[in-house]
Amino acid sequence: MSTQRQPATVTPALTVDALGRKCPIPIIMLAEQIRAVPVGALIAVLADDPAARTDVPAWCGMKSQEFVVEQELPRGWAFVVRRCY
Amino acid sequence: MGLTKRNSTGPASGIFGGSPVIGEFADQPRHCTPGHPATVVIVAYLDAASAEPLHPAARAALLGALEDGWADPARLYREGRRAGIMLDQARQRVAVVLGCRPDELHFAGSGTQAVHLAVLGTVAAHRRPGRGPGHMTASAVEHSSVLHAARYCEQEGARTTIVGVDQQGRVDAAEFAAALIPTAPAAREHAGPPERPGRTVLACLQSANPEVGTIQPVEDVARACRSESVPLLVDAAASAGRLAIPPGWSLLTASAHKWGGPAGIGVLAVRKGTRWRSPLPYDEREGGKVPGYPNVPAAVAAAAALEAMDTERLTRETALRALTDRIRIRIPDVVPDSVVYGDPVQRLTHIVTFCCLYVNGEALVTELDRAGFGVSSGSACTADTLRPSHVLEAMGVVTHGNVRVSLPSATTEDTIEHFLAVLPGIVAGLRGNTHPAVSA
Repeated sequence: MSTQRQPATVTPALTVDALGRKCPIPIIMLAEQIRAVPVGALIAVLADDPAARTDVPAWCGMKSQEFVVEQELPRGWAFVVRRCY
Repeated sequence: MGLTKRNSTGPASGIFGGSPVIGEFADQPRHCTPGHPATVVIVAYLDAASAEPLHPAARAALLGALEDGWADPARLYREGRRAGIMLDQARQRVAVVLGCRPDELHFAGSGTQAVHLAVLGTVAAHRRPGRGPGHMTASAVEHSSVLHAARYCEQEGARTTIVGVDQQGRVDAAEFAAALIPTAPAAREHAGPPERPGRTVLACLQSANPEVGTIQPVEDVARACRSESVPLLVDAAASAGRLAIPPGWSLLTASAHKWGGPAGIGVLAVRKGTRWRSPLPYDEREGGKVPGYPNVPAAVAAAAALEAMDTERLTRETALRALTDRIRIRIPDVVPDSVVYGDPVQRLTHIVTFCCLYVNGEALVTELDRAGFGVSSGSACTADTLRPSHVLEAMGVVTHGNVRVSLPSATTEDTIEHFLAVLPGIVAGLRGNTHPAVSA
């Protein structure tokens, strides 16, 4: 997965902390929580299972949600997703 | 309760014969002796991509060869000559099916050993003092034995370019060709230890992917390799005995237990004229390619299985394609939030891989085993590590909750129908256990 650099600051409406959780838990948490943000808003998932780097963008593709960016954290990554519908 | 005989089709060729076996119990692990009557389930082994059950022809050949082919095939007395003849005949029969000369074909201890020897031996043959380190090109979805062998060569100074795949797991032939570094005249003149990259000494491309079944464009890649004078290693482990071997390879590897032969026997074919030098201490066995006392009975059984698989190819492939097509079509309907992977047409007919979102793949395998189905999840080679399957990762698809179903030759329609009947409940149960919110 390519890591894009986002010029503007990304401010998610909601951050879900899945650090220390193995896939599919981060994806389950994302799927559960995405409806908690308004359509068009951003949700971030924090995860340190490397599988999430493939699974979050792939889930977005399957579910027609927009994968915005992956940001590296001191531990794991933040995956930012825009709710599209 | 009571005994419900759900299926009785197919010859009773045993638990590993691919036919349903009656008499085991839904609430018991498959290998336990049933204690009390319960619902009878079909027990079906659906992991032929890990190991095809021993072909009946191979079993008969193996037993015969254990009787007659135990002696040292290199010896000149009667028992040795007999073993030697059996080994030569096995070599000939395998060579015919794989499309090479018998003296190009060498038996190895496994497919993995064959791959290691193919990669290391080719890289070793091209090593020259004063020349830049050799370069290798391989697809991102090669078997782990290829990728690990490449990494091993990197520690010795070689470099590797990994070529990505599309979402179906297929490499683009043009992209693969572009990753080959030819011997440019300029590079030759300035050859030397400097930073100038060495030319490509080996390209590696599987015939088909063992994890999702997608067939690779080997012929196109072979053409590109030929025009750049780059030897091509084709790992045909997933397809040998099932698909014709595409022409144009310089080195070919395969593994007998994937075509219904016994364990412990692989093949390494090296085309005449291909530069290869043993990376190991010298040994005269198998034309100097594979060291050690050859397993004559296993080679004989492997040849019998390969010939049989090849003969039965058309009927088997048609039947298996119909069954895997059925799974491919029905899974998205019967399991919500599921997706089927790999090319729907250009694929191995016995493999189908799909993903059930929000489910742990290992839990799914465990539950399916309890229900009587032996399937695999993720790559057999990476399932024990913490990293996701390198194949699914390279395809950019969801890596969790995946199941690979691969059908032995004798699989019946009833088995598949039963599988499709029990799977939705198992997935729903697993989703409900962990997260009711998304299972709805």
